[in-house]
Amino acid sequence: MKEILVKINNPTGLHARPASILVKEAMKFKSNIYLIKNNKEYNAKSIMNVMAMGAAMGDEIRIKAEGEDEKEAINSLQKLLEDLKD
Amino acid sequence: MYKGIAASSGVAIGRAHIIKKEIEVKKYKVENAKEEIDRLDRAISITKDEIEKIKDASVNTIGEKIAKVFEAHLMILEDVEFINSIKNRIYDDKINAEYAVKLVSHEYAQIFLNMENEYFKERASDIKDVGNRIINILSGSNNNSIANIPEKCIIVADDITPSETAQMNKELVLGVATNLGGKTSHAAIIARTLEIPAVLGLGNITDVVKEGDILILDGDEGIIVVNPDDETVKRYKEKQQKINDEKSELLKYKNIIVNKNGRLIEIAANIGRKEEVDLAIKYGADGIGLFRTEFLYMDKETLPTEDEQFEAYKYVLEKMDGKPVIIRTLDIGGDKHLPYLNLEKEQNPFLGLRAIRLCLNRIDLFKTQLRAILRASVYGNLKIMFPMISGLEELRKAKGILKEAEEELSFQDIKYSKDYKLGIMIEVPSAAIISDILAKEVDFFSIGTNDLIQYTLAVDRMNQNVSYLYEPSHPSILRLIKIVIDNAHREGIWVGMCGEMASDLSMTETLFEMGLDEFSVSPPMILNLKKKLGGTYEGN
Repeated sequence: MKEILVKINNPTGLHARPASILVKEAMKFKSNIYLIKNNKEYNAKSIMNVMAMGAAMGDEIRIKAEGEDEKEAINSLQKLLEDLKD
Repeated sequence: MYKGIAASSGVAIGRAHIIKKEIEVKKYKVENAKEEIDRLDRAISITKDEIEKIKDASVNTIGEKIAKVFEAHLMILEDVEFINSIKNRIYDDKINAEYAVKLVSHEYAQIFLNMENEYFKERASDIKDVGNRIINILSGSNNNSIANIPEKCIIVADDITPSETAQMNKELVLGVATNLGGKTSHAAIIARTLEIPAVLGLGNITDVVKEGDILILDGDEGIIVVNPDDETVKRYKEKQQKINDEKSELLKYKNIIVNKNGRLIEIAANIGRKEEVDLAIKYGADGIGLFRTEFLYMDKETLPTEDEQFEAYKYVLEKMDGKPVIIRTLDIGGDKHLPYLNLEKEQNPFLGLRAIRLCLNRIDLFKTQLRAILRASVYGNLKIMFPMISGLEELRKAKGILKEAEEELSFQDIKYSKDYKLGIMIEVPSAAIISDILAKEVDFFSIGTNDLIQYTLAVDRMNQNVSYLYEPSHPSILRLIKIVIDNAHREGIWVGMCGEMASDLSMTETLFEMGLDEFSVSPPMILNLKKKLGGTYEGN
């Protein structure tokens, strides 16, 4: 199992468009992937979970992945979240 | 009689057909959870097929944007957490699939309803929409949907969702009455595009009307009459007949080019969404005199990308097929907000950071829009217009950024046409007064009367205590208009008008006499103006 902490930097947070990009990316991996905010876990492969998390700018989120490609999954999602612009 | 928001013009008389949002779902115990889950899986797969079909059909009938809604619906149907929650409910509580779907979709909808962001709130209705669809298939009853109305009727519903509007049979739906919604809501726009009379925002119309009641729906007055007496029916039938007669009478003017006293006058359309270009064409618009771009920004929870904007501009330019299209750059602020820009609250928003001022303050945002517009220029006859210009310095600054956007595109080897024209709105008194100077800088003016009147007379017409002072034909306004037209003509440029005064038929003659070259109005008004200006000659 791998875990990493990222900070959401884009002004509008994880709204629909970034959320759907993130979910599509997460689906590419075999591992189980979760986003953790305020000690609550959200399935990164579920658009409704990710949107319901309601992550805003400045929020710190942990990414947790478990499975054969957990390392790649973490790296790729970390980069995606950190690169969000609008 | 019930009063709501007049959302789509026309009179409808017919029987009420109530569409119940909350489908009654019975709860019962199931012995074999596994079988119940299989039944759910089959229903989901049928639902997917159904949505795919509507999605494909709606691209052609009501536009891509709405088709996008169905993509979101498909994503919900493929959502592992959503589907697993339903399955767990069936498994743990041994309940029927219909009830489990209802419970889970309501739970999720509630989460979204509790969110602050308007966009997320609206997603709640998407989830319920999908849930109801699955339930309908599970229970084999599809009777209570708009797709299956038996005969001509007036639809009475809580709200009309995008998927319902996509399936609405125009021949059978005489009118639409809803509890929720307003003039710019989704249902209103669809109703206007399909030309179905609609009264929205009635509050509790689904409670006061019973299935089969006779209704009169007046989409101009925003009125619903339930079970009217013969006298009232007669009166409204006459009104309906009159409207129809006028409509068909007016359509004769569609292909007329206004050519009066040797002057060619352009009658153009104001549109706010790209889909409305179809209405403009239908009513014979000589061009688009004002394409408001705000909706591209307001329909979303974040700034539209350059590509998204480009597609919308290109769409309208192509559809107009060489006729002029004036795209106005972002006019936000005042009473129009974009929550995601996180702008400071202002004491006097109408005198604050709005329209071109905001764009010059947020050059990134402005340039993205200008690049998108320029890129669309190769697809038709483009004119760009800046709103709210109040002085020369400001205009030159805006032109400078337009130039930069051009240079960027040239540098990146992205094609655009240099043949576009540039104009400004005249809606601030200072601009009208120095219009002789501004006229040397641009290719055309378009007078925005709503703001020009409120700024000149210092009247907020929404304020009931002073709205009596809002007088469009005040001599000061007429003088300013005359000054603007004369100054423009002296510099050899043309002047249009895209404010409400352009569609005031009692002003048409005066404005024509003053020398106005173009009237831009809401699409259905085009015919009235063509008729009014008369002295016409039949074009092709």
